[in-house]
Amino acid sequence: MMLGKLDWSAIPIDQPIPLIAAAVVMIGMLGVLGWVTKRGYWPYLWREWITSVDHKRIGVLYTMLGILMLVRGFIDAIMMRTQQSLATGGSPGYLPPEHYDQIFSAHGTIMIFFGAMPFVIGLMNFVVPLQLGVRDVAFPTLNSVSFWLTASGALLVNVSLVIGEFARTGWLPYAPLSETTYSPGVGVDYYLWAIQISGVGTLMSGINLVTTILKIRAPGMSYFRMPMFCWTALGSNMLIVAAFPILTATLAMLTLDRYGGFHFFTNEAGGNMMMFVNLIWAWGHPEVYILILPAFGIFSEVISTFSGKPLFGYRSMVAATLFIVVVSFFVWLHHFFTMGAGADVNAFFGIATSIIAVGTGVKIYNWLFTMYGGRIRYPTPMLWSMAFLVMFVIGGMTGVLLAVPPADFMLHNSMFLVAHFHNVIVGGVVFGAFAGYTFWFPKAFGFQLDERWGKIAFWPSIGGFVLTFGALYVVGLEGMTRRLQHVEVQEWVPWLHVALLGVGFMMIGVAAQIVQLVVSIRDRERLRDVTGDPWDGRSLEWSTASPPPFFNFAVQPDVHGEEVYWGIKQRAIDEQRLGPEPEYAPIEMPRNTPTGFITAFFATLIGFALIWHIWWLAALGFVGAYATFVAFAWREEEDYEVSVDEVASFDRARRAARAAWLAERDGQPT
Amino acid sequence: MALAGLLAGCAPASVLAPEGAIAAANRTILLNSLTIMLAIVIPTIVAILGFAWWFRAGNTRAQFRPEFVYSGRIEMIVWSIPILVILFLGGVIWVGSHDLDPERPIPSRARPLEVQVVSLDWKWLFIYPGQGMASVNNLVLPVGVPVRFRLTSASVMNSFFVPKLGSQIYAMNGMETHLNLIADRAARMYGQSAHFSGDGFSDMNFVAAAVPAAQFNAWAAQARQHGTALDARGYAWLARQSQGVRPYTYRAVQPGLFDAIVTQRLGPAPGPQQGRGGNPHVSPGTPET
Repeated sequence: MMLGKLDWSAIPIDQPIPLIAAAVVMIGMLGVLGWVTKRGYWPYLWREWITSVDHKRIGVLYTMLGILMLVRGFIDAIMMRTQQSLATGGSPGYLPPEHYDQIFSAHGTIMIFFGAMPFVIGLMNFVVPLQLGVRDVAFPTLNSVSFWLTASGALLVNVSLVIGEFARTGWLPYAPLSETTYSPGVGVDYYLWAIQISGVGTLMSGINLVTTILKIRAPGMSYFRMPMFCWTALGSNMLIVAAFPILTATLAMLTLDRYGGFHFFTNEAGGNMMMFVNLIWAWGHPEVYILILPAFGIFSEVISTFSGKPLFGYRSMVAATLFIVVVSFFVWLHHFFTMGAGADVNAFFGIATSIIAVGTGVKIYNWLFTMYGGRIRYPTPMLWSMAFLVMFVIGGMTGVLLAVPPADFMLHNSMFLVAHFHNVIVGGVVFGAFAGYTFWFPKAFGFQLDERWGKIAFWPSIGGFVLTFGALYVVGLEGMTRRLQHVEVQEWVPWLHVALLGVGFMMIGVAAQIVQLVVSIRDRERLRDVTGDPWDGRSLEWSTASPPPFFNFAVQPDVHGEEVYWGIKQRAIDEQRLGPEPEYAPIEMPRNTPTGFITAFFATLIGFALIWHIWWLAALGFVGAYATFVAFAWREEEDYEVSVDEVASFDRARRAARAAWLAERDGQPT
Repeated sequence: MALAGLLAGCAPASVLAPEGAIAAANRTILLNSLTIMLAIVIPTIVAILGFAWWFRAGNTRAQFRPEFVYSGRIEMIVWSIPILVILFLGGVIWVGSHDLDPERPIPSRARPLEVQVVSLDWKWLFIYPGQGMASVNNLVLPVGVPVRFRLTSASVMNSFFVPKLGSQIYAMNGMETHLNLIADRAARMYGQSAHFSGDGFSDMNFVAAAVPAAQFNAWAAQARQHGTALDARGYAWLARQSQGVRPYTYRAVQPGLFDAIVTQRLGPAPGPQQGRGGNPHVSPGTPET
């Protein structure tokens, strides 16, 4: 067969919901493509974005992918909450189990792998080189490959909406449910190949950022002079390098089971599903710290900036970060205390889990004392940070409760657990991502986001968050387990309605954030950031223009002491003039290349072909991807030179804006 | 739906309204841990909100101290408070994990009742070896008698959970797990699978009824008078996927059936049987029963 398992019956013509959804998405995509074609933007997009190896452009692309997928995952969430509110008292609701099961599996997969991960990786990609005072990451082309592979995985997950089906096993495909005996469809295969392809991208991105932070900081930027965000990014990416290979290996074993008749995790022939559960969480627990550590870094930057103070207890924060990095590998078993491992094992992992809360507790107190004695301003990024502080303390508390094995025996897999991890992942990672998005947006695009709409988005989001997850905590204590397609206990129903009401408020928040973006683009002249330092910032990214030139800094900063930019700024204010004009030199920058885009194109073909057993297409994809790599390896010119004139004219304009700002603030008290 | 009617009453599944000693002990340790954590969490939240309010930029009475970036004394407190809390909680965890280990027999003068539990797609089989009978989706237990559960699965992972009786535990194919529970009062309780197991998962719940010992014996004796006997062939039929199965009983059970399932002399269940739209590779469904 030319097309393997694929035929017309793979299109779910009997299910209107995915078809209508897919039609809307396709019309939207065609609309965008048509608009881009009509306006003649293709050459610009190809030159400046698709083939770009600029860490800032790639960071923006990652973040855009993350935001898009957060919206997609949120739509899944709306459907799940609606279904559970409707399917009570004997009603089947509007989503049959085979569809509902795909939705909650897709929700988790998309939110973690294609929403939260690209969002935080995008922010790290954009900010870390700027904060380190360098011109790009260590491996710019690899960075582009990483992004496009992640996008390829996201594409495959979304293709499953129309062609075939997605996994019906939950966001972690526990064996043996995910084995061919119990899941013979293509859903699990979509999951496997989407995660494997994007996982390669994530691993390479981790290697890239670890190398960048360890090897190419600006002169004088010693480890203990790095901003806290660089430290948490280092911790997060070290965890990626250590943990993602476990995920890849585990999913490879499941793939061998499904494609090659192996028995790693099957019921038969000595397979062991407990091994799957252990391995997947040996990756899965570090993964939550991979997500939350960058968010901790964002909060450190935001709270320090808007308190008008350096971060309190900097070294203590570094220690707490590294402590979390190490201990996060010793807690995975708390995801399955109920497997029957015995009292000693459960007690060990329960205690290890609560020990990790020490590191987080220390961080909370250090943020608290950063605020102490501050002069605190409350623009949108600071509001998200304050909401985080309060919500995360509560989420941390419920996490410690779940770390007590006898309590977990009652709450495992319950809605209480669902409320807990949303409390920390939404209240920690997503609030952190929103804080970072609003904080660094002016740096990326040269104009600020509209504050009024930011606040309109913030308050309903917080209200909805508290209502939804508060209700889920309660219904979890009422004994409700997760992933129910219909509900038979009437006592749970009122709480499910409250949770749905909360989702309604969060929808207002999401809509307001979209309006904020549109309004800000419309009013960009009013919101223009002229100086490059709209928040009175403290680290190096605020020393260059907004948006920064592709080479970031006209002259690489020479770092003396912590908070180098804050020092330069205070000196300029004290002396009422900028420092002397530096001596400009030509700059070598890496060339753009379509390698990443083409590799990901072939990777998508490979993934799709393997899902549907179209072996010739898979082979073709492999050949294509390898040829792309060889062609790149044989390239003749790696870099090109930016002329002194270009560098100087950029920097003189920047200095003029700064001088104007300095003159304007003249006479005001410091 | 029958279940909803049977359980009409108050909080049929609440983990805060226990009907047995294990559930009560679980609740105690949950509330104790909550109290310990609240003792540190509430002051922290108050301090966050208080500092956020007092040190707002507009407050001229608040002292601006931009140089306050390190204090050895505060660092010591900042590290010691969480460490001390965790030391204390660590003790609670260690003792609690051992006292409430699901393996641990419940001390009692009454002789324990053994119930063998098999999770199937998508229903529960309860074998009473001492009584020589079995039931599907209906768990009946005598009040005041410790129950020793032995659990396994016919197919995929599930978790056996009666919230008002206490601890849950996984059921896995080819493996046996143990759980000890006791009911202190007569009660009709909600039982469920607490681990997603496929399309029929939402119907994998059952009534767990704790009844006086005499009534339990009468129930078992009556069950022995009716219905069919469960043997290997009957089990193979039962192991096929079906959902929303109404409760019924088996008059007798082939001896050693549970061990045969655990040791896989009776093989794992077959999984889904039919495909959608003629393509067996996409979204295979299961016939309704």
